[in-house]
Amino acid sequence: MTALVDCNSFYASCERVFRPDLKDRPVVVLSNNDGCIVAMSREAKELNLPRGAPLFKVQKLLDQAGAVVFSSNYTLYGDLSRRIMEILESFTPHLEVYSIDEAFLELRGSLEELEDQACTIRDRVFSWVGIPVSVGIGETKTLAKIASHRAKKNAGNICIPTPSQWPDILKETDVKEIWGIGRQYGQKLHSKEIHTAADLILQEDSWVKKNMTLVGLKTLWELRGKPSFTLEETPPPKQGIMSSRSFSFPVTEMEDIMEAGADYASRAAEKLRAQNSACRVIHCSVMTNPFRESDRQYARGMTEQLSFPLSYTPSIVSVVHRQLEKLYRPGFRYKKIAVFLSEIEPAREGQLDLFYKKDSRNDAVMEAVDRINNRYGRHSLHCMPLRPGSRWQMKRERLSPLYTTSWKDLPVVRCGAPLLKQRGPG
Amino acid sequence: MNSYPKSLPTAYFLSDPPVQWEIPEKENTRGIPCYADLIKAGFPSPAADYREEILDFNAYLVQNPASTFTVRVEGDSMIDEGIRSGDLLIVDRSIPPGDGMVIVAILYGEFTVKKLVRKGGRLWLYPGNPAFDPVRIELEMEFQVWGVVSHVIHRFLAGRSALS
Repeated sequence: MTALVDCNSFYASCERVFRPDLKDRPVVVLSNNDGCIVAMSREAKELNLPRGAPLFKVQKLLDQAGAVVFSSNYTLYGDLSRRIMEILESFTPHLEVYSIDEAFLELRGSLEELEDQACTIRDRVFSWVGIPVSVGIGETKTLAKIASHRAKKNAGNICIPTPSQWPDILKETDVKEIWGIGRQYGQKLHSKEIHTAADLILQEDSWVKKNMTLVGLKTLWELRGKPSFTLEETPPPKQGIMSSRSFSFPVTEMEDIMEAGADYASRAAEKLRAQNSACRVIHCSVMTNPFRESDRQYARGMTEQLSFPLSYTPSIVSVVHRQLEKLYRPGFRYKKIAVFLSEIEPAREGQLDLFYKKDSRNDAVMEAVDRINNRYGRHSLHCMPLRPGSRWQMKRERLSPLYTTSWKDLPVVRCGAPLLKQRGPG
Repeated sequence: MNSYPKSLPTAYFLSDPPVQWEIPEKENTRGIPCYADLIKAGFPSPAADYREEILDFNAYLVQNPASTFTVRVEGDSMIDEGIRSGDLLIVDRSIPPGDGMVIVAILYGEFTVKKLVRKGGRLWLYPGNPAFDPVRIELEMEFQVWGVVSHVIHRFLAGRSALS
């Protein structure tokens, strides 16, 4: 059987682990640059804010509700996620980490044994890490997804339907909510009078394959209880790596653009090396803010095919700089730049090109750089001087401390107010 | 729909029976190497064969990495227990709290360090300083055990570490 373990309001729950005072208060987490709301606690969801609302539009409402607002603290979320995945690994060797807050597990046993395991998983993750999770179990990944969705609404946050319960559940499941179908396809299916998962499983295989491609067909089989998506225990290397961000202020100077370009290129190169790959194509783009209608608009990108695969940061940064020099036009207010690496292949040893002799010392340097940055934090070593507080850097005004990964950010426990005789015996 | 009587626990409450959990075996690779074989005095060192042995402080302080957190202490209500202001506490959330253990508790939405004491059928939070009074836990109190303190790290040389 396949179980989906899904953290409840993960980012908001992470913020609460070291802030017990936030237990019943609405908590929201903002996107990069503090722009929009990306995560909400249950209490915040009850305020019925529009999904992805920009902070400034809902600030007043949040203040009235006594909500607490955080910048996204991916260092903290990543550390707590790693702990949770480590706990889940102790239940089964067959585990797919699907996202930062979700994992598929292969579990065995009778319905009763599965229920026991699900309760243990839920209780252990909550006690050990402080994050509430929901567990949904079904014959296939798609069914486990549906079960976990329902588990979130149960008091116990666990849902393991018996075979006789599934038909009713499928009748209550909108096709839009099925894993891998989504809103757009869902709309199309609705127009063909296919509203629920129960409607969908009645369709002919050939019709589904024709109208919804092979993935749709596999989804159909999964809904019927036939496993068709296997666990991807080690995710395949990414075929494209994107590193981009919006600036919190309009950026006008070339120096800032170049600095941001070097930083994004370094970040992308780091990801490339982390999966042992190299890329053959580098794409770079710049754009102004289309929502500022009074501004003159400009957007342009550039792609460069390399004659040999690269993963060495200084080489990638110099390609990106060469591109940005051509893309940059003075007089515009830039909103965003992006670096995209593609045609990714496994990094190989030895001579790669007749005219290019690889310097093996580069690999050693990059390995050392990656190790230092992993240990002492990003930006410990980088490829271009970063001036402190330069304008393109991320706006994170409401960042919570790095409670678990930084010595100076450790949570503080207060050892009693001095001489306060309170609530004593007798 | 299945409904489960076992509701979501908010960590350990007073009535909860102690739970024993098995701890996943985990290799700990970081550590302090013993540089015995670096002493070269003109003849092969007999210690060279023991090069693999490492004193690993992580393994000593952390039994269960997934559930172990570090917090810093501020205040002097636990000095008699050997916990002083500025010390680091290693807190293991997988250890079931028991009588006489030092715990990090949440009391009315705030973290506090106290000794958990069972006396006369009641639970108490005992400070380690006569200037403070013990707190008796009442059912209606907003109280929760956050984790059990397993070690305290106290630094003797002030200003010698980057950790403050």
